[in-house]
Amino acid sequence: MSLQSLDIIRRSATTLPSPQARGAHTGEVAKLIDVTKCIGCKACQVACMEWNDLRDEIGSCTGSYTNPHDLSDQSWTLMRFAEYENPDSGNLEWLIRKDGCMHCADPGCLKACPSPGAIVQYANGIVDFHEENCIGCGYCITGCPFNIPRISKKDSKAYKCTLCSDRVAVGMEPACVKTCPTGAIVFGSKEDMKQHAAERIEDLKSRGFEQAGLYDPAGVGGTHVMYVLHHADKPVLYSDLPENPKISAAVGLWKGIAKPLGVLAIAATAFAGFLHYIGIGPNTVDAAEEDEAEREAARIRAGEERP
Amino acid sequence: MNDERLRAHAAAARRDEPGIVRYRAPTRINHWIVAISFVLVALSGLSLFHPALFPLTALFGGGPWTRILHPFIGLVMVVAFVFLAARMWRDNFLTRSDVAWLRDMPDVLHNRDDKLPPVGRFNAGQKLLFWSIIGCLSMLLLSGIVIWRAYFSHYFPIGVIRLSAVAHALFGCVLVCAIVVHIYAAIWIKGSVRAMTRGKVSYGWARKHHRLWFRQVMRGDGRD
Repeated sequence: MSLQSLDIIRRSATTLPSPQARGAHTGEVAKLIDVTKCIGCKACQVACMEWNDLRDEIGSCTGSYTNPHDLSDQSWTLMRFAEYENPDSGNLEWLIRKDGCMHCADPGCLKACPSPGAIVQYANGIVDFHEENCIGCGYCITGCPFNIPRISKKDSKAYKCTLCSDRVAVGMEPACVKTCPTGAIVFGSKEDMKQHAAERIEDLKSRGFEQAGLYDPAGVGGTHVMYVLHHADKPVLYSDLPENPKISAAVGLWKGIAKPLGVLAIAATAFAGFLHYIGIGPNTVDAAEEDEAEREAARIRAGEERP
Repeated sequence: MNDERLRAHAAAARRDEPGIVRYRAPTRINHWIVAISFVLVALSGLSLFHPALFPLTALFGGGPWTRILHPFIGLVMVVAFVFLAARMWRDNFLTRSDVAWLRDMPDVLHNRDDKLPPVGRFNAGQKLLFWSIIGCLSMLLLSGIVIWRAYFSHYFPIGVIRLSAVAHALFGCVLVCAIVVHIYAAIWIKGSVRAMTRGKVSYGWARKHHRLWFRQVMRGDGRD
């Protein structure tokens, strides 16, 4: 929903700067999800439903703790449960990742969106959908490297995690952070979160997780939702978290150079026609040509051979 | 005398105007269904292609309505074009003399028709336009189905959707450019708009621009 804080640094389908006199002088924000501390209680899912007034349909069990099965317009965050047999230790590891919008610094959804102001990025880094401007085309889904936005069947608008932009705007932490009983989700400035992550990673390494690390993928300019992973070298273990997410080259082409070139090509073609008309002019048939045609027609009708 | 002339005029007015039938009414109606749906689909498509053109969505009742209508109008255009193509494809095979005609493009552009090889029902430019439209519409239809989020996108993997989005934009631009050329050609070659509105061309027009077709028609074996 629209926030009138006038601190928008990027706005979909808009070529001029947005109102941005107010900056985020205390730095960008970030949510840090420490996967190694998560116990899979789903309190974050419940808090998200509660704060955002969302109620997903009651689904059915498919043999996984992941419930509902997927993100939806009513489920903006989802614990994804993966069972991993570690070949090195022989242990069964339960890798639980809280999925949801990563709030990329370079958001593919915003780049792809054709509707002015349907997607904005605030100075603090939050990427927000303004559904009143959404036309329901689904280009945000096409642009997103993390497969996050979902179109509602009810209103054909796209929805996703807002990082509780409404709460953050008044100095509160996101609902999922507030509720997390183990402190696996923390929120603060991006710098603080990176520092906190570094301490956690050091601790994990000292306890045998050599590959522990921070997930803040550079391909999308970094994200404002970051993970601490025990196996940062293999993010794909965590329910297919992409190893090097970036805006697809196809989307980059489509929403980059193709736009000005396409419009230019059409305008140039029309202008070339205009110049031809001015420079050379129309092609007309004169009276002599009409007479000649009549004569030939008469000859052919009379059964003569063609001249 | 005066009465006699008046009667002659009245008779001439009742009769169809002199000339050669180039497009019969069903063909003309078919063409204009394609043309009108093209204008609508192009305007709505362009409005979602470049932010500078987004205000064009107002013509369709706003952004969401533009998103809803665009693919349906596109389908109308494709279906109508299939019927039009069924009427015209036989006359659009490229021949050896078409290559010569294309090579003489400077003469074409400078209205030096007397220096061009004689042309059948359609010239090489028209034939190329025909096949470009077939190619563009096929690609636009296929890619358009893939990116039609409301009904079909969920059947396709994300990589295919992304490529289709690019292809749809690319072939859309090519088609719009091709139709701009087509529309300009109709403005440039006087008498052609009338062929598609009232159906007839003058003998002089037919002989000047489509001499082989003119002779065919005069011998009584032409198609309209």
